[in-house]
Amino acid sequence: MTGVKLNYYDGSSNERVVVDEEVPFPEGKLIVSRTDTKGNITHCNQAFIEMSGFQESELIGVPHHILRHPDMPAAAFKGLWDTINTKAKWSGYVKNLRKDGKFYWVYAVVVPNIRNGELVGFASVRRKPSRTKVNECTELYKTMLAEEKS
Amino acid sequence: MKFTMTVSPDFSPDHIAGWYIFNTWLQKQTNEAIHLELYDSFEKQREDIEAGKINLIYANPYDASMLIRDKGFIAIAAPQNKSDEAIICVNSESDYQSVEDLKPQCNIATANDPEVSTIGMIMLEPADLSADNVNVSEHKNYVMVAKNLINQSVDAGFFLKEAYDDMSKFIKSQIRPIVTSQISVIRHTFLISPEFLASSNLEENDFRELLNEMHSDAKGLSTLKSLGFDKWENQSQEDAEFMIDLMDTLVT
Repeated sequence: MTGVKLNYYDGSSNERVVVDEEVPFPEGKLIVSRTDTKGNITHCNQAFIEMSGFQESELIGVPHHILRHPDMPAAAFKGLWDTINTKAKWSGYVKNLRKDGKFYWVYAVVVPNIRNGELVGFASVRRKPSRTKVNECTELYKTMLAEEKS
Repeated sequence: MKFTMTVSPDFSPDHIAGWYIFNTWLQKQTNEAIHLELYDSFEKQREDIEAGKINLIYANPYDASMLIRDKGFIAIAAPQNKSDEAIICVNSESDYQSVEDLKPQCNIATANDPEVSTIGMIMLEPADLSADNVNVSEHKNYVMVAKNLINQSVDAGFFLKEAYDDMSKFIKSQIRPIVTSQISVIRHTFLISPEFLASSNLEENDFRELLNEMHSDAKGLSTLKSLGFDKWENQSQEDAEFMIDLMDTLVT
């Protein structure tokens, strides 16, 4: 168990416990959340609460990067934000950090919520990922992280 | 003016009479002439939707997306505690215990139900299976999907959970679920067309109230029971828009 300082895209940072233990994605479930246009969580379903290990009250109103795992390269999230800010759909494989420091992999799809032509927020749905893709992304993200640190 | 109501063709055959009873109840309550048109195929129903022949519809989430965003239909209500879930089944004698046991080029049977096919394919993703590497055969209804599983001409079949639950004990003894979705937020929705609102003697809120209070009187409650519902709950336009956003995340 180690404490790791995480620097987020909004300039803030946080020290989090990281444990090298995967929690399996629940069969048949979808993890659902909504955020405002700045990425602050406005809604999350029960599967989100259970998998994240946080209470709902700890999640609502806070930035979605509360789930950011230190093994995820910043470039992955930059790609996400660059895409959804153009009102387009983004999808990708993400390693998430739980409150207890353990991790879980998801295949995430994020769509902009457009109402009367205006962007009002984002909806994100995560589902159980292919293990082959997870293995590929584990290697890819390691390379990307090494490049970001060099 | 005479209006036309329809129901998504994936409704259970057990509830055909229930929809006729509901239509009679609705006509009495609204004082409007409403014809119930039931379809046994999605294609024919969509043709009539395109032709502007439908004014009220109990729509599956897939069609609700198109009706709300492209045709301006208004979401009114959804059955309480009733979400659309999918089940993947195998032959009960087969060795398959989880989706990861299914391999590329396996044979999958589906009914012609786009929503269930979408959710079913999502549940196959962890096994590295997709439309590109499985053989999908479409069948007329879920009984035919079950028959193909029982005679072992396919490896797995997709079912709407409600359709699976309504199957006979004899059929269920020969097939076995390996995974069930627990999505909760995707559901059938009752919609009305803008033309209905413009021509009917009811305001949108009158119609909402009518359905939301339907369970409060004995006749309304027994009609709901014949549809397999406990009560309607209000579905705001934002509820429907959010469900459509979620459907959008599933279609990639």
